[in-house]
Amino acid sequence: MSTIKKFFYVNRKAPYGTVYALESLEVVLIGAAFEQDVTLAFIDDGVYQLMKNQSTAGIGMKNFSPTYKALGDYDVTKLYVEKESLEARGLTIDDLMDLKWEDEDDDWAENDSIRVVTSAELADIMSEQDVVLSF
Amino acid sequence: MKFGIMINEGPYNHQAADSAYQFAKAALEKGHEIFRVFFYHDGVNNATRLAVPPQDDRNVTKMWQELAEAHKLDLVVCIAAAQRRGILDADEAKRQGKDADNIASGFRISGLGQLIEAGIQADRLLVFGD
Amino acid sequence: MAMLHTVNKSSFDRNTFESCLRLAKEGSSVLLIEDGVYAAMKNTTAAEQINSAMGTLTFYVLGPDMDARGIKADALIDGFKIVDYNGFVDLSIEHDSVQSWL
Repeated sequence: MSTIKKFFYVNRKAPYGTVYALESLEVVLIGAAFEQDVTLAFIDDGVYQLMKNQSTAGIGMKNFSPTYKALGDYDVTKLYVEKESLEARGLTIDDLMDLKWEDEDDDWAENDSIRVVTSAELADIMSEQDVVLSF
Repeated sequence: MKFGIMINEGPYNHQAADSAYQFAKAALEKGHEIFRVFFYHDGVNNATRLAVPPQDDRNVTKMWQELAEAHKLDLVVCIAAAQRRGILDADEAKRQGKDADNIASGFRISGLGQLIEAGIQADRLLVFGD
Repeated sequence: MAMLHTVNKSSFDRNTFESCLRLAKEGSSVLLIEDGVYAAMKNTTAAEQINSAMGTLTFYVLGPDMDARGIKADALIDGFKIVDYNGFVDLSIEHDSVQSWL
């Protein structure tokens, strides 16, 4: 299949309270095998998905936050976090997990997967997408 | 034009499945094609054949079945989401050692790749959810 | 590329509509469906925000969802265009992609 489309995953919901974050991640992982151009956006409460130090032992649910760290290995390397959403929640990028991907074309140099962008920048990125999957 | 439709909520609790149905029906009546309808999250509950809504209410599962029958629609239920929520076809019930299955005819259970394929193949993909 | 944004939440319950307005690019369209249609009514706290976005975005509201909720056409903010499901289908074709704000 030669068609490469721009897939855009919109994450606007916090983890654990509802299942959307987890099942969205499952789509991203399966979708990675199709070698499309994948971008993830974290907007509104979606930014909470990327919080450091998640520990779910006390609620009896699976902690799926380590899965975000594996995304780089699936060539999912563009995770855009909306600056306005972060700031509205009193967060900075230091509150988020340190997600990296290795560039095989650049001697496996480590790059940051998370990029904090303004809503205007994110609006530009979003407007270029072919398929928008919102959760 | 070719559409893909994703439904993320079950019937009755949320309007999503109804909206998706009305959209699909309008698109088909205008001569467009629906490449696939993909049921995800609680949307898999649209595919149970065991629901018995009251006589004076709509039967969402039946609406999809009839639309699928008339237009040869591909109604796909996500296997991972379905397993979590107890939506099984006969093969899956046997494989998991369950005593019954409950999928309605006209629906089929398959993987998430079917959703990505719909995104690739369809000219437009619309998501209906909560 | 022009995008069609759909919003299905009441703006008095969730921030969905607000986020849509923040991230919809000039020239794109917003279609209010399901509980999203309440934001199309005049004299609400959301009206001012919509009026100021009227110049850059085109606003539509799904008629069948208005009717179901007892909203009459004369209760809408000026500039809103009413479409039925056929119109919804047409809008999704006229735009390059569809983003559902859930």
